[in-house]
Amino acid sequence: MPADSPPPLRLRAITAGYDRRVPVVRGVSLTLAPGEATGLLGPSGCGKSTLARVAALLHRPDAGEVLLDGEPVRGWRHRAPREQRTAFGVVFQQPRLAADPRLTLSALIGEPLRATGRRAEAQDRTGELAALVGLTPDLLARRPHEVSDGQLQRACLARALALRPRILVCDEMTAMLDASTTAALVAAVEDYRRASGAALLAVGHDRTLLERWCDRTVAWDELAPEAKPAPSG
Amino acid sequence: MTDRTQNPERTDGTADAGTGAAPLLTLDRMSVRFRMRRGRYVAAVTDVSLALAPGECVALVGESGCGKSVLASALLGLLPENAETAGTAHLGELELLGAAEAELARRVRGRRVGLIPQSPAAHLTPVRTVRSQLQEVARELTGTRGKAALRAAAEEAAARAAFPADHLDRYPHELSGGLAQRAATALALVGGPPLLLADEPTTGLDRDLVERTVDELRRQVDDGHGLLMITHDLAAAERIADRVAVMYAGRIVELAAADAFFGAPGPRHPYARGLLDALPERGFTPIPGLPPELGALPPGCAFAPRCAHATDACAAVPALASGVACHHPVPAGTAPPHEPHRRHGPADAGEKQVPTQRTDKPGPPQRPESVDAR
Repeated sequence: MPADSPPPLRLRAITAGYDRRVPVVRGVSLTLAPGEATGLLGPSGCGKSTLARVAALLHRPDAGEVLLDGEPVRGWRHRAPREQRTAFGVVFQQPRLAADPRLTLSALIGEPLRATGRRAEAQDRTGELAALVGLTPDLLARRPHEVSDGQLQRACLARALALRPRILVCDEMTAMLDASTTAALVAAVEDYRRASGAALLAVGHDRTLLERWCDRTVAWDELAPEAKPAPSG
Repeated sequence: MTDRTQNPERTDGTADAGTGAAPLLTLDRMSVRFRMRRGRYVAAVTDVSLALAPGECVALVGESGCGKSVLASALLGLLPENAETAGTAHLGELELLGAAEAELARRVRGRRVGLIPQSPAAHLTPVRTVRSQLQEVARELTGTRGKAALRAAAEEAAARAAFPADHLDRYPHELSGGLAQRAATALALVGGPPLLLADEPTTGLDRDLVERTVDELRRQVDDGHGLLMITHDLAAAERIADRVAVMYAGRIVELAAADAFFGAPGPRHPYARGLLDALPERGFTPIPGLPPELGALPPGCAFAPRCAHATDACAAVPALASGVACHHPVPAGTAPPHEPHRRHGPADAGEKQVPTQRTDKPGPPQRPESVDAR
């Protein structure tokens, strides 16, 4: 990739939160280089997940600018144009809260394809994705309550990869998981990135994990020097 | 602090803690299975034998879904209707698995066994302050009466769990994760139970909070409580435990002194080695495959389908002998794989067909061209 091509994602002076008077994120800038894995490290409650939501076009910032391949983003959530929205794959911390309990794992993984009118591809692609994240075929017919957290998170990762995103956002993807499942999910993300060249923003609080996983790890207080102090406790 | 050794003579795993004190809790071939429709069974806990002394912490570690939490529920008599138990769990002279509900409710829960729950935010009553909850428990469990006495009891319990007194009048949603955890610990301590069960007390907390929570629990152990801590967080287990019990598919596959397990000799069961080698500070290599379903366990050793060392001998279930239940344990004294290395391209050297995306084996540090990775 030529060195002067625009970065896949650039966040410029983002201020965001849930109440305009008390922003959670103040004036934070962050750039993801093509194919680069960036770790964002911070304690719980610091605002890093809010920034990840802004980056994935899931939360509209109060101020600042998000550039996707050099193109300014104008709409968030359903107001984002489809080609911008589907550039992202997102994996959240708690698979139980991120999975529709009525869907089988196979339907869950294929959901993004159906939602974008590519139902025909869903079956083949679901099998491919399941293999990539290490889910066995017998698990695909089950619903979330019939599988473990680790298995459900594997399905959520497969779903995030369904539309072949150019940017992956993993927000505490492995915080609930045991060491072996953590290593397996990270390996699956890296296999995908190696094949696709996708950039990664991995948000977490485990320095050892992020430093092992990512090309560079930035601490939250380097990004947000005037951040409000974290809540006590 | 207890002596961190186990008694090698007792090959059934009921090694006592070496303190000389009578064990607080003794599990002997304890099993729990759930009866399902169409005559199926889910074997959640099988033949677990373990002893826990006062002032000792045993960490029960394993992947999610391996049966750890069912074990805790069984000890508190909180199993659902369709559960069947076998074996015994003695708390002193009292057998917990066969105890009547009235006995458990009036004399055991909170009084002799305290539970430190997985998600304190869900465990606390959302519509009442921490103080009011502590006072209620003090009134129920210790028979404390009178406004001033209850206030003092609540404040004392809070102090024991390092819960700040100026936060006592807050509601659970006004607490951070760490403070909610301390509030739940304070509630577990009110009745002065000698045995504490902690079920994943650090899940979802960040590293600093994990360390603080674990250190606070360790203080309770050093004050003479016996603690059975159920966790999948190996770093937390290393920080707190005297001994480690590794559970796989409902069975204890290794029971070892924590410093030997995490330190130089390292674990001896291939599963336990695989778990440690999956840590990002070690090999960062997953164990291939998925854990088996507890309702459809393979005959013989449940780990054999994922194990690089499996042979025909593994068709028989290995007994726990000298702290390890494996037909091919790693000989004691072999250094654990501990070479940090960057992740690399897919190493496709699987000699076993395991349905997974990676077939790297835990073992010697891998080379990028792993022609002979094993």
